[in-house]
Amino acid sequence: MTSELAVPMIELSGLTKRYGDGQTILNSVSLTISKGEFVSIIGPSGCGKSTVLKLIAGLAVPTSGTISVDGMTPRNARELIAFIFQDATLLPWRTVAQNVGLGLELEGIGKVPRNQKTSQLIELVGLQHMANAYPRELSGGMKMRVSIARALATSPRLLLMDEPFAALDEMSRDRLNEEVLRLRAEQNWTAVFVTHSVAEAVFLSTRIVVLAPNPGRVEAEFPIDLPATRTGELRETPEFEALVMQVSHALRTALTQ
Amino acid sequence: MRQHLRTAADALCVFFALLLLWQLILWTFHVQPYMLPSPAAVARAVVARFPSLLAASAITVVESGAGLIASIVVGVIVALIFAQSRWVRRMLYPYTILLQTVPIVAIAPLILMWVGGGTAAVALIAFIISVAPIIANTTQGLVSVDENLVHLFLMHNATRGQVLFKLRLPHAVPSLFVGIRIASGISVIGAITGELYAGSSSVGGGGLGYSILYASSQLQTDYLFALVLAATVLGFSFFFLVMFLEWYFLHRWHESALKMEVE
Repeated sequence: MTSELAVPMIELSGLTKRYGDGQTILNSVSLTISKGEFVSIIGPSGCGKSTVLKLIAGLAVPTSGTISVDGMTPRNARELIAFIFQDATLLPWRTVAQNVGLGLELEGIGKVPRNQKTSQLIELVGLQHMANAYPRELSGGMKMRVSIARALATSPRLLLMDEPFAALDEMSRDRLNEEVLRLRAEQNWTAVFVTHSVAEAVFLSTRIVVLAPNPGRVEAEFPIDLPATRTGELRETPEFEALVMQVSHALRTALTQ
Repeated sequence: MRQHLRTAADALCVFFALLLLWQLILWTFHVQPYMLPSPAAVARAVVARFPSLLAASAITVVESGAGLIASIVVGVIVALIFAQSRWVRRMLYPYTILLQTVPIVAIAPLILMWVGGGTAAVALIAFIISVAPIIANTTQGLVSVDENLVHLFLMHNATRGQVLFKLRLPHAVPSLFVGIRIASGISVIGAITGELYAGSSSVGGGGLGYSILYASSQLQTDYLFALVLAATVLGFSFFFLVMFLEWYFLHRWHESALKMEVE
């Protein structure tokens, strides 16, 4: 899938981010992500992986270097982008359906098409029976499903995910990983996924980028040549295990440098 | 429900114990009725002068209610302005503290001099004393929104107005209710204090504050107690009305409202 669509979606070149106190978070990071790729960014804490996402989203400004998203500046590209945060970030005073429809509402989509799209997405993440529930009635996994449905409601071409499943138990995490792959197969968006979990990264990605800390920089890259359609059983194959070990090793190297 | 009954029963026990203590003091020290009337005398005064108690309470309800509603409207508007920038807050916030610390007893005569007596002046005094907690709590609610939620709105190119009315304002509603709960009590105190200075606006009687002044000058101590009782009931009613509204608007989604229900 990647080879025939080698059109760049994201181009980061010489990206450096320094805070006011002079601490360097990212040092000259260059990375090109093609349309249709699923790239996981993995690295120890302090390597600036969340900062990379914020820069791509235009929620932070680089100290130097350039970012282009589908040929545009991050701010101009926002209509293409959806951001999924570590917390589900649902509005507690809105029902599931109203939360899923938030993006469409903010973009001025009328009530009828909005409700249509909303119920379609709620069904897609399997929460039909909870459409009128409030967030406090949902489990952590359900909240994250709502968050995903909300992100997909505006038909994004690029999904930025900042450790979205970090707070979930392993069972829910595995199930949601499989669901993310299914949704991607249907909708074919590009994804940049930040995570702490090597297994999760290997399972989801077409490519893994390992960042090293202090200052954050690209340590290694791994193409993940596993079949495009992946199921839970893939996790038990030797190829999968081998890739997990390779990436884990690179991660350890990044940490001990 | 059983918990509720239990709490009510405990409170009632204390009430009757206090009544007993009151009566005991009267018997042991032979206190004159005009100094301290017996509980029975107060009860008789409540029954005998019920129409005038009700009339006085009605006047005070209107004054403190008008003051409270005005303080909610103005307080929310001011908080919306405060939420716009840290700079505005820094410039103007100290003045809301000033509102809270100014001795209402001292400025009440001034206000009467400027506005003249009557309902409007008393409502204005109730407003001045109750607006500060609403401004403070609502502002806090408006600015304490999770940064990621603001980012979420920005990712959808939300306008400033959308962030304010679809995110900050609904997020501030629980804090607004905390402010209203505090304000509801002190608006009654403000109105009664105002009435002490404003006197009666209509022929035949004023609000509770005015009636308290009148009863004490006439040494009608039993009626005075009945008036104090009415003022207390009034304060309680305001408080419970606000509690009910809070529950009504928040119980579906807000944790604190949920807890209130369970307690």
